[in-house]
Amino acid sequence: MSASVKTPWATDPATAGERRGARRRKGIAGNTLWFWVFVGPFVVGLLVFSYLPIIWSLVLSFFEAYNTATPSKFVGLQNYIDMLTDHNFLSSLGTFTIFAVFIVPLTFVLSLALALLVNQVKIARSFFRSVFFLPTACSYVVASLIWRLSIFNGVRFGLANTVLDWFGIDGIAWLSTVDPPWYWLPIVTVRLWLQLGFYMILFIAGLQRISPTLYEAAYVDGAKPGWQVFRYITLPQLRATSVAVLILNLIAAYQAFDEFYNLIGNVNYARPPLVYLYGISLGSIQDLGHGSAGALILAVIIMIVTLLQSRIFGFGKAGD
Amino acid sequence: MAVAERTTGTPQPIGFNRGAMGRVGLVLRWIALFIAVVLFLLPFYLILRNALSAEADITAPSWTLFPSHLQWSNIGELFKDTQVPMARALYNSAVVGILGTAGQLLLASMAGYGLARIPYRHADKIFYAIVATLMIPGAVTFIPSFIVVSSLGWVSSLRGLIIPTLFSGFAAFLFRQYFLGFPRELEEAARVDGAGYFGVFWRIVVPNSLPFFAALAAITFIGTWNSFLWPLVIGQDSSSWTVQVAMSTFVTAQTINIHELFMAVAVSILPLILIFAFLQRYLIQGVTQSGIKD
Repeated sequence: MSASVKTPWATDPATAGERRGARRRKGIAGNTLWFWVFVGPFVVGLLVFSYLPIIWSLVLSFFEAYNTATPSKFVGLQNYIDMLTDHNFLSSLGTFTIFAVFIVPLTFVLSLALALLVNQVKIARSFFRSVFFLPTACSYVVASLIWRLSIFNGVRFGLANTVLDWFGIDGIAWLSTVDPPWYWLPIVTVRLWLQLGFYMILFIAGLQRISPTLYEAAYVDGAKPGWQVFRYITLPQLRATSVAVLILNLIAAYQAFDEFYNLIGNVNYARPPLVYLYGISLGSIQDLGHGSAGALILAVIIMIVTLLQSRIFGFGKAGD
Repeated sequence: MAVAERTTGTPQPIGFNRGAMGRVGLVLRWIALFIAVVLFLLPFYLILRNALSAEADITAPSWTLFPSHLQWSNIGELFKDTQVPMARALYNSAVVGILGTAGQLLLASMAGYGLARIPYRHADKIFYAIVATLMIPGAVTFIPSFIVVSSLGWVSSLRGLIIPTLFSGFAAFLFRQYFLGFPRELEEAARVDGAGYFGVFWRIVVPNSLPFFAALAAITFIGTWNSFLWPLVIGQDSSSWTVQVAMSTFVTAQTINIHELFMAVAVSILPLILIFAFLQRYLIQGVTQSGIKD
C-alpha cells in the first residue's frame, strides 16, 4: 500500500460554490472508495472462506459425494434422513449431552468459586490469579498428553494409580473402562483444568464491576455476611457475566474435539459429534455428503440451543 | 494472613465475617486456595519431571518425585528423532502464529475502522453480514472449509493453514466497537492538517491504540499456536504439521518415548509461557474484552 495518499477533500477548484459542490461529490465518491479500501479485503475473504463453504456444504448435503467436492448424483434429503437415523451419529449427540451435563455446571460453579477466592485474598492476589490462568497457555493436545500418558495412563506408574496404590486400591484403566465409565473423569478434568482460569477472569472482571455501595447498603440493612450477601447481592449483579459464561461454555462443549481425539480417539463409547463427523468426512472414505448434512444438523442444534438459553436466561435484559 | 484479612473497616465483598465462625471460614478458604494451587500446578510439575527424566525413571513402579539426574540430553534426542519432525513443526507453528496473528489484526482492524468511521450507504448491511458469521459455530465449518481449501489446492501447505483463518468476523466486530469509542478530536486534528483516512488511521489511530492491539494479538497468537482441528485437517503431509499435530501424531507412533514426548510438550509451551510472563496484563485485558473468543 502506497504512502502517498490523495485525500478526498483536498480539491482545488476555481469558485467557492463550484468548490463546495465538487468537494461533496468527490467526497462521497472518495468515501465509498476508501470504505472499500478498508473493508473490501476483509469482505472478500469472508465471502470466500465463510459464506462460500457454507453454501457449498449446503449443496453437497443434497448430493451423494464420496471423495469428491463436485458431485453429480442428487439424493434430496436422503443424507439428512441417514444421519438422523444413524445410530452412531445419534449416540455422539448423546455423548455430547452427558459431557455438557458434567462440564457446564462444574465449570460455572468452580470458576465462580475461584474468582471469589482470588478476589477476596489481600496478599499475592496476582500470583493466585496467574496460577489459575496459566493453563490457558496449554493446548488441548498438551493437556491431553499429560492426562493420557502421566496421570490417567491406567498403568502402575501413572499418577492416579500411584495415589490409589497409597490407599491400597487396585489401579484402574481409566480411559478404556466403560463399566463403570471411568473415562469421563479424565475427559472432564482435562477441560476443567484448561478452561477454569479463563472463565475465572471473566467472573473477576464481573465482580470488580459491582459497586461497593451495594455491599455497604446490605451491611447497614443487616444482611448476614457470607451466603446472604452472596445470594442477594453478588449473584444477581453477576447475571450478565453468568449468562455469557454458560452460553460460551455450552457452545464450546458442542464443539469438543481435541481432548476426545487425543485422549481416546475415534471409538464408539465416547465419541462427540465432531469426532464422528471428522471420521466420516475426512477418514479413509471422504463422505462429504453425509459429513455436510451432519455438520449442518449440528450447526442448527447449536443455534437453537443458544437462542433458547438466551431466552431462558433473558440475555440482553440484564442491563450491562 | 489472617491478620491481613481482618484489618479492614469497610464491609468486604464476600464472606466478611467476624468471630469464631469467620475464623473457621477464613482457614477453610485458605485451604481451598492452597489445594487449588497444587492441583493447577501439578501438570506443569509433570511436564518438567518427565521431560528431564530417563525413561526408566518414569516407568519405575514407585513414584520418583524428581529425577536424581536431570537428563538434559532429552532435548537433543527430541530434535534428532526422525519419526517426528519437531524442528519443522516448530517453524511451521511460528510462521502460522506470527503471520496468522498479524494478518488477522491487519484485516480486522482496517475493516473495523472503515465500518466505524467511513460514511457509506450500505455500511450497515455489510456490518450485519459480518456479524451473521458469528452465529455459525466455528468448528462446524471445518468440513465445508476443507472442501474450499482443497479445491484451491492448498491442502498440506502453509497457505492453507493461514489464509482461511485470517478473516475473523469477531475481531472485526471488536475493532469496530473499539474505534467507535476512539476520541474523534484526535482524528479531526489530523484531518485539518490534510491527512486522509489512510493517513489518519496509520499515523493517529493505530499508534494510539497499541494496548488494544497488543491485547488482541496476545490472545490471537495463543489461539493460533494451540489450535488443533484445522491444522489436523489441512496438515495431511508431515512437512506441514504444526507442533500440535506433530505431538498428537507422536502419541500414536509405534513406540512412545514418554520422556521425549514431554520434552516436546515443554518446548511447545515455552513461547506461550514467555507471553504469559511478559504480556499477562494485555492478555487479561484481551480475555475480558473479548470473552466470547473460545
